[in-house]
Amino acid sequence: MNVSSVKGSMSISSSTSTWKAGDTISDQFPAGLRVLVVDDDPTCLMILEKMLIACLYKVTKCNRAETALSKLRENKNGYDIVLSDVHMPDMDGFKLLEHIGLEMDLPVIMMSADDGKQVVMKGVTHGACDYLIKPVRIEALKNIWQHVVRKRKNEWKEFEQSGSVEEGDRQPKQSDDADYSSSANEGNWKGSKRRKDEEEETDERDDTSTLKKPRVVWSVELHQQFVAAVNQLGIDKAVPKKILELMNVPGLTRENVASHLQKYRLYLRRLSGVSQHQSNLSTIISAQDPTFGSLSSLSGLDLQTLAATGQLPAQSLARLQAAGLGRATAKSAIPITLVDQRNIFSFENPKLRFGEGQQQHMTNKQQVNLLHGIPTTMEPKQLVSLRHAAQSVGNMNMQVPPHGPQSSQNNPLLMQMGQQQQQQQSRGQILVDSTINHAPRLSSMGQPILSNGMATNVSSRSGIPENIRAPGYSQTPSMLNFPMNHASELPGNCFPLGSTPGVSNLTSKGAFQEDVNSEIKGSGGFMPSYDVFNDLNQHKPQSWELQNVGIAFDSSQHSNSLQGNLDLTQSALGQQGFSSGQMNGHNRSAAVASKAMFSTGDVKELRSAQNVNQHLNNLLVDNTIRVKSERVCDTSPANIFPDHFGQDDLMSALLKQQESVASSENEFDFDGYSMNNIPV
Amino acid sequence: MDRYGMQNQIACIRRSLFDQGYLDEQFIQLEELQDDANPNFVQEIVTLFYTDSTRLIQNIELTLTSRPTNFSKLDDYMHQFKGSSSSIGAKKVTSECAVFRQYCAAGNAEACIRSFQHIKQEHAILRKKLEFYFQMMGQAAVAQTT
Repeated sequence: MNVSSVKGSMSISSSTSTWKAGDTISDQFPAGLRVLVVDDDPTCLMILEKMLIACLYKVTKCNRAETALSKLRENKNGYDIVLSDVHMPDMDGFKLLEHIGLEMDLPVIMMSADDGKQVVMKGVTHGACDYLIKPVRIEALKNIWQHVVRKRKNEWKEFEQSGSVEEGDRQPKQSDDADYSSSANEGNWKGSKRRKDEEEETDERDDTSTLKKPRVVWSVELHQQFVAAVNQLGIDKAVPKKILELMNVPGLTRENVASHLQKYRLYLRRLSGVSQHQSNLSTIISAQDPTFGSLSSLSGLDLQTLAATGQLPAQSLARLQAAGLGRATAKSAIPITLVDQRNIFSFENPKLRFGEGQQQHMTNKQQVNLLHGIPTTMEPKQLVSLRHAAQSVGNMNMQVPPHGPQSSQNNPLLMQMGQQQQQQQSRGQILVDSTINHAPRLSSMGQPILSNGMATNVSSRSGIPENIRAPGYSQTPSMLNFPMNHASELPGNCFPLGSTPGVSNLTSKGAFQEDVNSEIKGSGGFMPSYDVFNDLNQHKPQSWELQNVGIAFDSSQHSNSLQGNLDLTQSALGQQGFSSGQMNGHNRSAAVASKAMFSTGDVKELRSAQNVNQHLNNLLVDNTIRVKSERVCDTSPANIFPDHFGQDDLMSALLKQQESVASSENEFDFDGYSMNNIPV
Repeated sequence: MDRYGMQNQIACIRRSLFDQGYLDEQFIQLEELQDDANPNFVQEIVTLFYTDSTRLIQNIELTLTSRPTNFSKLDDYMHQFKGSSSSIGAKKVTSECAVFRQYCAAGNAEACIRSFQHIKQEHAILRKKLEFYFQMMGQAAVAQTT
């Protein structure tokens, strides 16, 4: 997309001026944030209201979920964020969450006195962008605006990337909602709408990848039009092309409709209790549907969900999608799932994690696209993880596909891992994903990780960061193992997982751990990056590094850790026994990893997340190839770099790059060759 | 009692509530929310809590006495009660609720009944203490204006 074209279509001056006005608004932001709080307990409700007012938000309170829903429906754009209690007499909080996600696509924060892991996980899987433990402190509420901004950013990015909007130097601000809305979804471009309130983004927007299409926000009216068209055609005969024609909405693309259709089908299926996830998943995987790119509002929520479940079964995926998408889930669960997952990933990451920069969101989005092409053979869980990975990895995943199914599997994972910190969560997921691919083992492992990731979020919210992290952290090892398993599936040595090594790794997590010193991250070899994410959350840069062995170290995380990681990586790599069982390869990957890490650190200057993502995508593709070549000529590590191993390395390198890129907010102008150039 | 004497006394009462574990820092959060626009915010919240929790207590009693014991319903009520009491910083009440929920999860009706007695006791004790505290504050306010 070119910004210029967009500009041309839009009145730049007006958008600019609008932006200026927005600037003023953004100065006051987050003051005035419109919050809807729902809680059946009058005491809590009153306290929350008072706290929110003290935060200078504009508060509306409801004591019943139904009331809240009707308020939201009446005034679709009247609220920025919803806070809801989990236990309510008239409707379960999660149900409300799903409704809101489907219909309005607003960020929703769940609250409860219950801090049990299951409940928190449920929040994640249902698409909540955060989870607060009661009693809620005012400090926790002061930061809820980040979810709004993040979501907008993601939507914006998606919008930009989907192609209907020209990117390039387009400044997000310029894409005035008025302009966009007229072109696409009239009056309902939340992204643009919110954009005004967003503070930055310009940096990130620069050089955004043009891969993504602009995000379509499925407003209630649009959705109704859609449903009418579908009903008119007949649910079985409803094909995107015809629906698009019937709807006759300017600016809406066939892909938008297709992805929405997928979600819708999933949603219907879910309603009727049919679950075809399994089949869908396979479909999704194999279907590198371009529609993925235009994910609807499947934001981090989905991702979270995925993450939470780790091995999200097809059903859950669909559910997630429905919830996270905020629109009807697509019928073909799989494609959508994948897509959603991606979205989730992207969204999730930012949300879940750490309120990281917007970039991450962006990267996530991009990543989501990446997921498209990724592994078709992935099981639902994997998809979930992929999504995460995709999101976090952003482009990484996408790049992988070219390498083939296996590589794609790995790559996305890798890529995802490389992505931003958000990815940490996604990473964990990735790990999970990878594991899922491989075996049931993975699933079990993945879960813990996911929960960790999720827990992290939650804990931070509830102020129990350490507790939650800890468990997650330990779980990382398992995650690592997953990658191992994953490798087994891959032909050759793509991943360190390798068949044997990985497997053994899995089973003997402890073994890895020994090697790795810190968490098992290292054991995963490539997957470590996934673990790393988890670990990262845990604040264990070291372990994180190990994980990153395969994946570029999340430079954003800690530049220091990079160094440390390298070392660990090396050792971890050695320990890990890459699938190929090649120590050389290991070293090499470690070396590569280290290099990647370094380079990431160096590259921090790259600002636009989008660029990075795009870049990553390109890089990944290129990198995989280049990495190989580089490795070959790399003299520092053992040159005995088997070809097949290179794939793994590439993946890891890519991941690393991705990660570092992601983490470093896409500052990392990763060039496939940069690894060599990294001043170690 | 002179103005400062009263202030001191109030401060002492307040301190002891924390020291003895009746209140925790969530109560401080409430106090911090109180300002000129809502000068009686804390008292309002506490009043609201006691009105609402009395209703909850009645429901729980009914459920406890009915047979067979509906543990899941009890757990629901107690979850609510716990959320409420924790949000005003009623430390002892909240921890008793947690104990109750454990027994409830274990399906131990007898222990639940005993635990519930403790909850009611703590609930009542705190109420008295807070009422006294607010009363003193009211008097001090009056003393200040005179």
